Amino acid sequence: MAPTTPQEPGLSAVPSYEEEQSKARFDALIDQDSRVEPRDWMPEPYRKTLTRQVSQHAHSEIIGMQPEANWITRAPSLKRKSILMAKVQDEAGHGLYLYSAAETLGTSRDELNEQLLTGRAKYSSIFNYPARSWADMGAIGWLVDGAAIANQVPLCRASYGPYGRAMVRICKEESFHQRQGFEILLSLSRGTEAQKKMAQDAINRFYEPSLMMFGPPDDQSPNSQQSMAWNIKRFSNDELRQRFVGMIAEQVKVLGMTLPDPELHYDEEKKQWIHKDLNWDEFMAVIKGNGPVNSQRLERRREAHREGAWVREAASAYAAKQAQSEVA
Amino acid sequence: MSQSNNWPLWEVFVRSSRGLSHVHAGSLHAPDEQMAVRNARDLYTRRNEGVSLWVVKSSDIISSDPDEKDSFFESPQGKDYRHATYYKASEGVKHL
Amino acid sequence: MKHEELDAALDSFGDALASATRVTPGNALRPEDIAVDGVAPSDEVAQYALTLGDDALILAQRLAHWISRAPELEEDVALGNIALDILGHARSFLTYAGLAWDKSEDDLAYWREEEEFTSLWIVEQPNGHFGVTIIRQLIVSIYQHLLYQKLVTSQDETLAAIAAKAVKEVDYHRDHAIQWTIRLGQGTDESAQKMRHALEILWPYVDEMFRDEPVHQNLESIAVLPSSLKDAWQEEISAVLAEAGLEIPATGQAMAFGRRGEHSEHLGYLLAEMQVLARKHPGASW
Repeated sequence: MAPTTPQEPGLSAVPSYEEEQSKARFDALIDQDSRVEPRDWMPEPYRKTLTRQVSQHAHSEIIGMQPEANWITRAPSLKRKSILMAKVQDEAGHGLYLYSAAETLGTSRDELNEQLLTGRAKYSSIFNYPARSWADMGAIGWLVDGAAIANQVPLCRASYGPYGRAMVRICKEESFHQRQGFEILLSLSRGTEAQKKMAQDAINRFYEPSLMMFGPPDDQSPNSQQSMAWNIKRFSNDELRQRFVGMIAEQVKVLGMTLPDPELHYDEEKKQWIHKDLNWDEFMAVIKGNGPVNSQRLERRREAHREGAWVREAASAYAAKQAQSEVA
Repeated sequence: MSQSNNWPLWEVFVRSSRGLSHVHAGSLHAPDEQMAVRNARDLYTRRNEGVSLWVVKSSDIISSDPDEKDSFFESPQGKDYRHATYYKASEGVKHL
Repeated sequence: MKHEELDAALDSFGDALASATRVTPGNALRPEDIAVDGVAPSDEVAQYALTLGDDALILAQRLAHWISRAPELEEDVALGNIALDILGHARSFLTYAGLAWDKSEDDLAYWREEEEFTSLWIVEQPNGHFGVTIIRQLIVSIYQHLLYQKLVTSQDETLAAIAAKAVKEVDYHRDHAIQWTIRLGQGTDESAQKMRHALEILWPYVDEMFRDEPVHQNLESIAVLPSSLKDAWQEEISAVLAEAGLEIPATGQAMAFGRRGEHSEHLGYLLAEMQVLARKHPGASW
């Protein structure tokens, strides 16, 4: 049966007949695990939660371009340079698919952009860490994209149509992202002593932040329950984190590297992976804007926006002139 | 700081091979139709997924309102005789 | 969604169709194909291929810098596409040239000194603002389009094959540059002024593009004589500038001899950045 939709403050105290009908239709869609489309009625909290989730995802793709763009001009082979450029370009594209989905919910790209540039919007906090070495390109592809994929695959079945469809497209493209990251590390792990050290160092720095990409433990995630009831979140933070840890624990062996977690092991009785306590204080500090490169990341976006204003204005002015001369 | 740049929203439709129909792929912002179709090509056909692209200004799309479903889409209901599966007597007859 | 479904989805995830760069159907030639199957060119043909590869490599390096900095996300994607295309051309030409000297594309890109690069001065000029990049694109992509159109008929099969793929891509680059030149030239007073400025700082590097060097003159029917492109280039760019409400600026021409390894002050910095990591680990594979 349909999960009872909790109190929606968006509705008036005594719902009208139309509102009740609309609510029933919406509940039925969710109950049947069917798709909600842009013109369908939806509760305001559903719309708000989705807008926040989809736009945060979009912002993360855009900001996520930066640590990697940082190494394009220094990539140590032309093939790696091509691959990295293609990856970062994909990320711009993913951001665009997601902004497009968010816009169908009623918030314009300009507003979403403004939220990001003024620091009001959140994005995946892992991108507030600097990409210090070439090996970071490997670690980011393997760990960060790996975590993102674990999060994203279930979202291909999200209840909101445009979001689910964007996620299918993204997932198809994302598969090469993780592979190329892993292969960078594989090359390094078979290389010189300096390269091996570079790889291990990058893994050491990105391991814990990547585990925290799944969000706080379930018992500290109030929004999760509602999102799961609405089929816009399919698995809990801890469930996804477990799956991810299991995958990387195996993959790291292929690299001949170690994960910086002496406590990491699979508990046969509890049937779960036990990992070290994660530094949630650091996580919160970084989210709040006090990470290593938060201000650098935002300033790059602001600068691009500021420096590009004359270009956007000129294009609009030209379009307006063309429209006028057509009418004349 | 952030000014609206008035680049309208365009919906993108892609036909991935001859014989199929155009499918809605998403949307993007562009200042005019020439830039819109080029941006669509960059965004949606990087992996060779497109044979034909359409872009339409979002504001030019007229759609039916799902809430009107009942009257707008009522007519086909109950007219099963429009579907081949209605005709049982011909089942099993070759080439029909 | 059930857990088993998630497991299955994650397992088969890696099988999803993936391609690092855009794949054109048919017999598109890739650098890897040339490295494995290519027949080594003569030293002179290799020198010619090197000039084409260097132009493309330096230009791709410049364009790559725009990724994450463009005026709009759609332009990050567009400029990224263009940079990738051009890098692909560079890789093909350099791989081919390298066969003559038993050197890989990376040997040539990362281990040559500044005076060994044969690129034109125009491609090493700084990106400047978006208008400068667009004017540089206009100048170079019209040139490359004309060049590759002729190179397709080269008697050297590999050069012809590389050109066959490149000409289609550069046609698109040219179109992109034209669209933006018109919009920025005619858009606002500010944009027109910025475009005039862009023309002034880049026009001094035009003449070098059309200078015939011995490497061109000695390879009749194989190399394209740069001087043979000048009239068509002039006609095309004049038409675009006229439509954009812009004029050819009255500037001098720089005494530029990039083909002889004599570069402007910009190349040193560009190469330092491009080569620094590879050089820190001599002999390493990536």
